[in-house]
Amino acid sequence: MENFAPFLQYLISGLTNGAIYALIALGFGIIYNATTIINFAQGEMVMLGAMCAISIYHLAPSLPLAFAGAVVLVTCVGLVFERLALRPVKDPTPIALIIITVGGAVMIKGVAMLLWGQEAYILPPFSGNVPIHLGPATILPQNLWVLGITAIAVVALEAFFRLTLVGKAMRACAYNTRAARLVGIAAGRMVQLSFGLSAALGAGAGILIAPLTLGVYDMGTMLGLKGFSAAIIGGLGSLAGGVLGGLVLGVAEALATGFISSGYRDAVAFLLLLLVLFLRPQGLVGGRK
Amino acid sequence: MKTKAIFGGLILALAGLGLIFLGCGGAKQAEPYVVGGIFSISGPASYLGEPERNSLEMVVEAVNAKGGINGHPLKLVIYDDEGDVTKARLHATKLAQDKKCLAVIGPSLTHTSMTTLEITQKAKLPLISCAAGSAITSPAKDRVWVFKTAQTDKMAVERIYQYLQKHNLKQVAILTVSTGFGVAGKEQLLTQAPQYGIQVLAQEVFGEKDTDMTPQLTKLRGTPAQVVICWGTGPAPALVAKNMKQLGITIPLVQSHGVASKKFIELAGDAGDGIILPAGKLVIWQQLPDTDPQKAVCKEYAEKYHAKFKAPESSFGGYAYDAIRMLNQALTKAGNNRDKIRSELEGLKNFVGISGVFNMSPEDHNGLSPAAFVMVKIEKGGFQLID
Repeated sequence: MENFAPFLQYLISGLTNGAIYALIALGFGIIYNATTIINFAQGEMVMLGAMCAISIYHLAPSLPLAFAGAVVLVTCVGLVFERLALRPVKDPTPIALIIITVGGAVMIKGVAMLLWGQEAYILPPFSGNVPIHLGPATILPQNLWVLGITAIAVVALEAFFRLTLVGKAMRACAYNTRAARLVGIAAGRMVQLSFGLSAALGAGAGILIAPLTLGVYDMGTMLGLKGFSAAIIGGLGSLAGGVLGGLVLGVAEALATGFISSGYRDAVAFLLLLLVLFLRPQGLVGGRK
Repeated sequence: MKTKAIFGGLILALAGLGLIFLGCGGAKQAEPYVVGGIFSISGPASYLGEPERNSLEMVVEAVNAKGGINGHPLKLVIYDDEGDVTKARLHATKLAQDKKCLAVIGPSLTHTSMTTLEITQKAKLPLISCAAGSAITSPAKDRVWVFKTAQTDKMAVERIYQYLQKHNLKQVAILTVSTGFGVAGKEQLLTQAPQYGIQVLAQEVFGEKDTDMTPQLTKLRGTPAQVVICWGTGPAPALVAKNMKQLGITIPLVQSHGVASKKFIELAGDAGDGIILPAGKLVIWQQLPDTDPQKAVCKEYAEKYHAKFKAPESSFGGYAYDAIRMLNQALTKAGNNRDKIRSELEGLKNFVGISGVFNMSPEDHNGLSPAAFVMVKIEKGGFQLID
């Protein structure tokens, strides 16, 4: 098994990236469920999360504070974005709204460039930088943080949707908005909530990945696209699907880089997306529509 | 019909006379020497263009304060190409059409320089590029009007291989970025390896925006390579250093001259310690022996730049600094004759600049040797001269 050692290393790398893709994919899914639109500004929320955390950390060097502060700030950005950019649209057809989110993404990125410049910044890892040996492979404490927090976020999200009244109301809107309105659920509020929630998830992803990848104003676009691919691969709107899609995508990329060639990394991600769209358009987990 | 023609002729003659008088009036005051500049002042390559413009303005201000060149003040016309080929082309065309423009300095990037030189060559306008690509000035017989002050990747590779040879390191693994910079670097690394008895055991690439290079490095770890050479700019090479530490790879990491900045040391953090790279002498000028002719030039530039702009000096600004000083020397001897300026630039010998000692010739419009680079090691958050 001379291939086992590198394989394990690829797997660790893939799962870490996959977990980040999964968090972003969940953000896409939540908004899709509430509105049937794709929010292409999701990637920029990831970037904002990372950059805000870095800025807060510079002001007050406390990681929990930076984490919490950045998530709160970006959640507000998500809420405001929905209120100012999407709510006032007179004729809210999905295609118009999607195009608005694309414009919003470009704007957020531009503002970020003005605020933080084009330089990359560092955020220290949550608990040291000493690699842990795992058989023939090594793993950083930060990788464990990424995997752990993603797992917690997924479980918490699932519990929120299944057990709380607000969560149930959001699900009701996803199944049938008109029926939900008829039983007295404020569908508009649920839409806004979905934007806040997915902004928070995106911010979390950004803060988790920043110590590994550095934070820079244009980091969001590619992550957003990968997260979107993950959401489609898993099945748009399904929680389990988003997670599965993210992990599959991350691992596929890492294995392709390792065993085929590093030039094909991004190609593999989008090839996988195309394959799923051709063969199983509802996604790996999604039911037949 | 006839009267109209005569009348028209009369007006033309009058206008001509007027122009002659105007011309005479102008000649009494020394006419300024116009120098064009095209830099990527904004956009993704602003880290190049901004110090270049600043350096140019700094020199011109000093020259004009001393009464200009032979009594002629220097006048700068600077354009921002935003790193965009189309804009560079447009600005180059404007400068080429300006009959008073005597030479152009810039652009900052290889691809913008390649498009600019097409236009300036046709207009027989001397161009001193600040970009690295060796194709800008070679073959020199096709680039009669083009010069450049930045060191080429060819020299950086030569310098790295000389260093490896000296330390008897023969087996390398290379990891290059997929942009033009990395592709050109990879080509040089591969073509020059046999001359130095170096074996390239593995070659991997990474994207400019990639955030995780552990798969590539894991692959390299599986080879008996003694050194990893990484060729890239921006934050990605810092991640390579971090990932190597994460994977527990302990063989030396050699980076390109593209990361010779304080920012890189900051981004790489602990993982930066021990990285070896070729760099221009400006980075470690304090450590140069006093016998090094470049020390004084670097000191003067660093101190003046620091005093004027309250920002750290950079090798990139040095490219423009060398260019305008060369041009001043040429203008002093050649006056406002483009052809003579070109010949003066081509005949430049032992010109001590920031980027090295220039010896131009009809075959070499860059004029630098691998000695323009020194090898440095990152230690305790700073660069240490090692070779």
